[in-house]
Amino acid sequence: MMKSYVELRDVIDKKNRGLRDKVMSLEDAIGLIKDGDHVAAGGCHYSRTPMASVWEMIRQKKKDITYSRSITSTEGDLLLVGGVAKRIVTSWFSPGVTWGVSRVMRHYMEKKKAEFEEWSHMTLGLRYRAGAMGVPFIPARSMMGSDLFPRLEDIKEMDCPYTGEKLALIPALNPDVAIIHTQKCDVYGNVQGQGLPFMDKDIALAANKVIVTTEQIVSNDQIRRSPDRTEIGFFCVDAVVEVPYGCLPHECYGQYEPAFKHMDYYVKLMMGKGPEGVKEYLDEYVYAPANWQEYIEMIGFKNILDATIEGRGIYND
Amino acid sequence: MTKLDYNTAELVAIMSARFLEDGKIVFGGAGMPLISCILAQKLHAPTLTILFEGGVIGPHVQIGKLPPSTNEQRCARRANMLLSITDILLLQQRGYVDYGFLGGAQIDQYGNLNSSFIGDPDNPKVRLPGTGGANDIASLASKILVAMHHEKKRFVKKVDFITTPGYLQGGTSRKDAGLLAGGPYKVITHLGIFGFEKESKRMCLETLHPGATVEEIRERTGFEMVIPEKIKYTKAPTEKELRILRELDPDKRYTTPKAE
Repeated sequence: MMKSYVELRDVIDKKNRGLRDKVMSLEDAIGLIKDGDHVAAGGCHYSRTPMASVWEMIRQKKKDITYSRSITSTEGDLLLVGGVAKRIVTSWFSPGVTWGVSRVMRHYMEKKKAEFEEWSHMTLGLRYRAGAMGVPFIPARSMMGSDLFPRLEDIKEMDCPYTGEKLALIPALNPDVAIIHTQKCDVYGNVQGQGLPFMDKDIALAANKVIVTTEQIVSNDQIRRSPDRTEIGFFCVDAVVEVPYGCLPHECYGQYEPAFKHMDYYVKLMMGKGPEGVKEYLDEYVYAPANWQEYIEMIGFKNILDATIEGRGIYND
Repeated sequence: MTKLDYNTAELVAIMSARFLEDGKIVFGGAGMPLISCILAQKLHAPTLTILFEGGVIGPHVQIGKLPPSTNEQRCARRANMLLSITDILLLQQRGYVDYGFLGGAQIDQYGNLNSSFIGDPDNPKVRLPGTGGANDIASLASKILVAMHHEKKRFVKKVDFITTPGYLQGGTSRKDAGLLAGGPYKVITHLGIFGFEKESKRMCLETLHPGATVEEIRERTGFEMVIPEKIKYTKAPTEKELRILRELDPDKRYTTPKAE
């Protein structure tokens, strides 16, 4: 359902937009998410996934969440089996091409235990962009003629008032909360990421609340040396959490590649035992550790070191 | 000339590469499509530019460390430009992308592809991962190449679900639906190269690969394939094409045929 423009403005109006320190614990940041919220995640597939935020959402036993993301990987399985998400809005949902079709996704969708709202990659991006622009829709020339179109509640078609051509109208998406992971951010929430930008900027501007986890908190002076590189501005950010290795076992551009051995381990468990296997995984890797650092230790120094060497090597030629 | 030994996946990779012209821009998918794009660059298309859905323009990925997806840092290596996903997909809408390179679980006689559901979409036998960028690519890129293994269960009369539009119901239906540009260009299988009839938009045999027969195509196609009166043949893979392909994928990770 589309949110009213006046209400969306009202949320921004009530938001403290001052240049203030927003650093808090992961627990407190994820505490900003309410049951039933629409949570949009930055990154794409197994790249720059806000995994620490997803992990904490499961620990806090959030319920009835609609989760949207450009492409959804293993974190989608965890949110389903953890009882957090009831609806996934995405363009593609499985761990990765080389790992096959998620058995958990299949189980939940085929048994109708959750919903999979399928948009094309570009039109999901246009939904966030329309949300970011404060307009109800953006016209586009894809999705038409496909069977995806009639299954979607909000998409419409119109004849262009200028040319008469048929256009698909892609409705705005204004998530309640955006969860974004980045490489660098200051205490105010000025985000200076690196590498593939994905849809993060649009998601942050579209959302009512923005939670940023970052590999490193840098000084505001560092941000001011290259303001051209600030991708998300402090004014829309509500929480800043420093979480080193906050995407693991997924990757963070220029910092670490995926922990492939852990991904292989997870996928084998998930494909072998389905949701039961993921329950075991959640018990061991999500509920049991005292904090994110303990979870990271469980992934293993060697795995993390290998991933880090590969990740940092991106510009080595 | 001695007969060269190659598998069906290698044959499809080489045949696909031949269609990628120099000076053009191609959306490269992960796996075999990427291999074909790099192969084309090394053979006849040195200025062919590869795009990745993750937001990458003109990368030079490292051989031996090919990216398993199109949305990760390995894709971005030595690129000219990185864009947001929305913006890179929008380049197609503006008309900058010549080729899209797609696959799918099923294809029908009008080149529509399914990667969403097997069986009734409301009660599916299998829920597949979904479209990703395929719907946008097939709607917006100028020419669509489809590379698939030729099997009856994949070449069906009507796909269970149109995830990715081809010529829809044939004739002018694609344009009538609002898709003014693009459309399926060639379907490349291990048996032959297929195009689409000008008016009806039905799939038709263009060239038969060496060793393949029309009977085999009929047996492995779930709809009536248009077969021309005079059969033309595809030029067999050359030693050079095979040599370079194998340098790109030495472990045959992406060029091993899938079990039927």
